[in-house]
Amino acid sequence: MGPFFHRHPGLTPYLLLAPALVWLGVFFLVPLGFLGYQSLQSGIYPNFEFTWEFSNFSEAFSDYRTQLGRSFLYAALATTAALLLAYPLVYWIAFRAGKWRNFFLLLIVAPFFVSYLIRTLAWLNILADEGPVVGFLQAINVLGEDGRLLATTFAVVAGITYNFLPFMALPIYVSLEQIEPRLLEAAKDLYATPTQTFLRVTLPLSAPGIVAGTLLTFIPAAGDFINAELLGTPNQAMIGNVIQAKFLESLDYPTAASLSFILMATILVALLVYAKAVGTEKLTG
Amino acid sequence: MSTAARTWRLVKHHSLTVYALLVCVYLMLPIAVVILFSFNSPEGRFNYVWNGFTLDNWVNWNSVLGIQDAIETSIVIGLVATLVATVIGTMAAMGIVRYSFRGSGGTNLLVFLPMSTPEIVLGASLLTLFLNSTTVFQLGFWTIFIAHVMFIVSYIVVTVKARLIGFDRHLEEAAMDLGANELTTFRKITFPLLLPAIVSAALLGFALSIDDFVITYFVAGPEQTFPVFVWGIARVSVPPQVNVVASAIFLVAIAIALANVLWQYRSAKRLQGAA
Repeated sequence: MGPFFHRHPGLTPYLLLAPALVWLGVFFLVPLGFLGYQSLQSGIYPNFEFTWEFSNFSEAFSDYRTQLGRSFLYAALATTAALLLAYPLVYWIAFRAGKWRNFFLLLIVAPFFVSYLIRTLAWLNILADEGPVVGFLQAINVLGEDGRLLATTFAVVAGITYNFLPFMALPIYVSLEQIEPRLLEAAKDLYATPTQTFLRVTLPLSAPGIVAGTLLTFIPAAGDFINAELLGTPNQAMIGNVIQAKFLESLDYPTAASLSFILMATILVALLVYAKAVGTEKLTG
Repeated sequence: MSTAARTWRLVKHHSLTVYALLVCVYLMLPIAVVILFSFNSPEGRFNYVWNGFTLDNWVNWNSVLGIQDAIETSIVIGLVATLVATVIGTMAAMGIVRYSFRGSGGTNLLVFLPMSTPEIVLGASLLTLFLNSTTVFQLGFWTIFIAHVMFIVSYIVVTVKARLIGFDRHLEEAAMDLGANELTTFRKITFPLLLPAIVSAALLGFALSIDDFVITYFVAGPEQTFPVFVWGIARVSVPPQVNVVASAIFLVAIAIALANVLWQYRSAKRLQGAA
């Protein structure tokens, strides 16, 4: 391979890149094309016909507006909750945990070592009607006698928050860890209070981590259907539940495909707005 | 000062620590529950409430119909998909970092996009491709394999790329100066130095593959990986054997992660010693 590369040095990067790019092209880009093709078809399974059926989009949107809105609401709530839980934790790990840092980082990623579905099923045990959490909340009258946590919006949002918390925590940790300690000392020397130091030095310097963590949490959360399916009821159904059911149960491929596009387009718009606000460099690393 | 007041002052002073430790408890709680309920002997069909300790579930872990086949399928797909994705992903990372070429912006975008697309869209779009070309693709083992390589490869590229960016190219130049050709330099210098990053990337890839449910569910057809099996059985009732398998995977993964950290630490130290 040596002489060939010497004669055509310009080809080397393309040869190295070719297998991965071809794979992503054929099995990521081309399928998106097929999804678009499917979304403009009409008819009933298995006889679909390509008819430029743009009304699929408007009908899907008006029929499932509620679930779409709910997806983005739940994703926003879960992202906020994850930020509020993760930031103080990784701040403490980065600045206070000392030699125990790596141990606590392992704790953050440990949930990944339990399968996603099984983690979510574990919340069924924890939030069970006869379980200790519900019992305690009933005893202190936070929940009524017949009050429950399962099959509520709370359970679904809590499940999503739990499942994506590590995605929020790790990028923030990385950005906090890179902060030059001398900057914090300088702020202190200039008579900044701890609160001022945090608000004007630490927080702005950890902004790239917050940006990355927000994206890594929000995007998968908006498309999730597992938490709503296992911990909620049809009243908590998200857009992912509709797409999944249309594709695999009612075999209404055109509607499912247009809903997938609506979901992706909405996320993409949000991403572009976000990218414009914070700069693309931070997004693609 | 009363004890209550003193405790309150202590908590207030260490409020950040208390908060951080509470979040850790929250993170660990479901894991503890999964492991705990793998030792439960449930009273009825449902393994939701603690009833009594038993080792039966661990001894007879494969007594549930289909569980062993599903876990074997998961492992085989994980290994094959990780191998392919690691090879082509490492090559791509080398191409991106080592060369300037036309279209590098587009290449980075193509690598980044699958990671920022919701899994349900990845699964749905692959399913439409496969459904529209049934003469080439039948849903099953190979469509799962194709899907897994697709979504793993971006993570491999990003992981290996990070290491390549911090790579000291003087080592390679020294080898070339000493008469090594490109292939020998790659084999003796570049590859061994990259190996820790490649191993980390492959471990990540395998973990992603074995845990994936959403994409797999769309393209699996009649094939069952472990997560697809769990999803199916969750609609009826989850037997404690599922907790056994999950606990076993957790313990193995923790052990591998620790071994990997230790090995990276050692090879970093050895390098420092050599320099």
